[in-house]
Amino acid sequence: MAQDENPSRKGFFTDTSVCIGCKACEVACKEWNMVPEDGLNFLASSFDNTGRLSADSWRHVAFIEQREPLGYQDSGVGRPAGDGADGPGPVDLGMPSFDLPGQRTGEHYEGDPGNFRWLMSSDVCKHCTSAACLDVCPTGALFRTEFDTVVVQEDICNGCGYCVPACPYGVIDRREVDGRAWKCTLCYDRLGEGMEPACAKACPTDSIQFGDVDELRERAQRRVEDLHEAGVSSAQLYGEDPDNGVDGTGAFFLLLDEPEVYGLPPDPVVTTRDLPSMWRHAGAAALVLLAGATAAFAGRRS
Amino acid sequence: MTNPDKTGEGPSTVGREAITGAVDVVPAHRRERRGGGRRRGGRGRGEDTRVPDADFRSYHGRPVLNQIVWEARDIGGYLFLGGLAGASSVLAAGAEYTGRPDLARPLKYTALVAISGSTAALIHDLGRPERFLNMLRVFKPTSPMSMGTWILMGYGPLAGVAAVTAATGWFPRIGRAATAGAALTGPLVATYTAPLICDTAVPAWHEGYREMPFVFVSSAASAAGGMGLIVAPTAQSGPARRLAVGGALVEVAASTYMERRMGMVGEPYEQGRAGKLTRAAKALTLAGAVGAALGRRNRVVSAVSGAALLAGSALTRLGVFEAGVQSAADPKYTVLPQRRRLEERLKEEAKTG
Repeated sequence: MAQDENPSRKGFFTDTSVCIGCKACEVACKEWNMVPEDGLNFLASSFDNTGRLSADSWRHVAFIEQREPLGYQDSGVGRPAGDGADGPGPVDLGMPSFDLPGQRTGEHYEGDPGNFRWLMSSDVCKHCTSAACLDVCPTGALFRTEFDTVVVQEDICNGCGYCVPACPYGVIDRREVDGRAWKCTLCYDRLGEGMEPACAKACPTDSIQFGDVDELRERAQRRVEDLHEAGVSSAQLYGEDPDNGVDGTGAFFLLLDEPEVYGLPPDPVVTTRDLPSMWRHAGAAALVLLAGATAAFAGRRS
Repeated sequence: MTNPDKTGEGPSTVGREAITGAVDVVPAHRRERRGGGRRRGGRGRGEDTRVPDADFRSYHGRPVLNQIVWEARDIGGYLFLGGLAGASSVLAAGAEYTGRPDLARPLKYTALVAISGSTAALIHDLGRPERFLNMLRVFKPTSPMSMGTWILMGYGPLAGVAAVTAATGWFPRIGRAATAGAALTGPLVATYTAPLICDTAVPAWHEGYREMPFVFVSSAASAAGGMGLIVAPTAQSGPARRLAVGGALVEVAASTYMERRMGMVGEPYEQGRAGKLTRAAKALTLAGAVGAALGRRNRVVSAVSGAALLAGSALTRLGVFEAGVQSAADPKYTVLPQRRRLEERLKEEAKTG
C-alpha cells in the first residue's frame, strides 16, 4: 500500500452536522453514474423517499425527526465572521420548516430554540479496509483499486448475490433488471482524472468532503473536538477508527446521535474475520461424517 | 397556524465552521441509563438472563442489512441436494466395499442426480447464469462460494464417473477409484455450504457458524440414509438405517443446541415461516428416525421412514434459509447484539482507564 508510485488512499468524510438534506448528492451521483430510477415511492418517513442504499441508490440521505432541543441548527455557510449586524445576515437555505418559504424573519432567532430537531445524513458505501463484499466475491469482480477503494467490475460480475448479505452495512445490492451487483465506486472514473466524486462536488455545504483519508481523519477529529467544546456532546465519529471491526472505513461520518438511528450498524465486524474458524468447524464436521459412516458399516451385518 | 417563535432557528453563528446540531443533547436511552433506571432483560421466557432489552433504536424501523437476494427454492434446494449427494457418495462407497451392491448402485445414481440438480439450482440463481464460468477465474479461500465451486468441480466428475461405471459395468477399476474419490470429497460438498451461508452479516446465520456444519452434515447423513432405505432391500440397508437414525438424532440435537445458544439472535428459528419449517423438519426427522429404527424388517415402513427423513432434511435447509431472511429483515437482530458488544467494550475501557 505504501509504494511510492501508488496514490494515497481516498475517501469521504461526511459531516452530518452541516447536512441540509438537499439530496444534491443523490442526484449528482445518479446523473454522473447513470444509475437508473429506484422506484417512485412515497415512504411516509420524513422527507426520505429513497429509503436505503441499494443497487440503484449509491447515496441516500436519511431524515430523522426528533423531539430534542434543536440548539442552533444553522450551517452559517457563506457568511463572513460576525453576526447579522456586520455581515449580510442569515441566508435561507431552504431548510425544511413549518413556515412558508421566505416567510421567516430574523427576529425570532433570539428566542427559544425549540424542542425539535432534524438529523440529516448522506449515507454511502464505506469502502472498508477489510471489505466483506470483496472477500466473498467468487469471480473477482469486486476488486481494490489503487485509491484503496472497493469497486465492482460490471463486465465480470455474474450476479451470484453473495456480496449482498455479506455487507454489514447493507450497501451493495443486486439490480433486478440486469442481475448484477452495483454500488458506489467513489467515482473511480473521475478519480483517475484527478476530479472529486460527483456527490462531493455537488454538496453545497461541504457536508460531504472528499480527500486523502489521512487528512480527512485529522479534519474529522478537529471538527468533533470543536463541537464537543461548543457543547454538542452527542457528536461522534463513526467508522474512522482503524481498530474497528472492518479495520477502518474509507468513508466515515460525524453523527449527532447513535449510528443505529441513522440506519447504520453500531459495531459492524467483517464476517470473514471468523472464516478460518468456520473452515475448521466445517473440516471437523466432514471428518465426523466419515467417522459416522464408518461406524454405520462396523455394526453387525444386516 | 404557524408560530414564528417555534420554528427553531437559532441565532446565527459565526463563519463556515458553524456549531450546529443540538447543544447538550444526550440521546434518550443514554439519559435513562444515567438516571440509574434499571433495564430489565427482555422477553417472555425468563430463563435466559443474557437476553438484551427489547428496546432498541433504528432508522424508521428499517433493516440495516440489504435483504438476501437468493431464491429459497434455488438455494435451499442447493443446500439440501449438495448434502444428499455428498453423504450418498460416502454411503455408496461403504456399501460397495462391504458387498452391498443393491445399496451402492442406487446411491451412486442419487449422488449424480442430486449434484446435477444442485449445480443447476446454483446456476439458475445467478443474476447472469451465462457467466457461471466466471467462477473459475479465481481460486479464493476467503470466498466459500469460490471454494465450493472448486469442490464441485472436483466432486461432480467423480460422482458422475462412479454412477456411469456402476450403470454400464465398464471400466470397473476406474469406477472403484471414482467411488473412493467421491466418498472422500463428498463430505466437503456436504459441509462447505455451512461456511457459505455463515460467512455473511446475516445474524441468524453468522452467529451459528460453529454448529451449522454439524447441523448440515448430520442432515445430509440422515437424507442419504433415508434414500438408502427407499432404494435398497432390507437385507442390504442396515448401514443406511444406522446412518439415517444417527444422522437424524444428531441433526435434531445440533440444530436445537444452535438455536438455544444463539439466544435472541436465534429467535427467527422459532418464529414465522422459519419456525414452522424448522418445527416440521424436526417432527419429520424424528418420526423418520423412529420408523427407520422400528421398521427394520418391513420394506414399506423403511421406505416411508426414508422419505420422511429426506423431507425433514430438505425442510431443515429451507428453515435455515428462511431464518436468515427473517433475521436480515429485522434491524433488532443486527443492532441489539452489536450495541451490547459495544457497551461491554466501553465498560472494559472505562475500567482499564
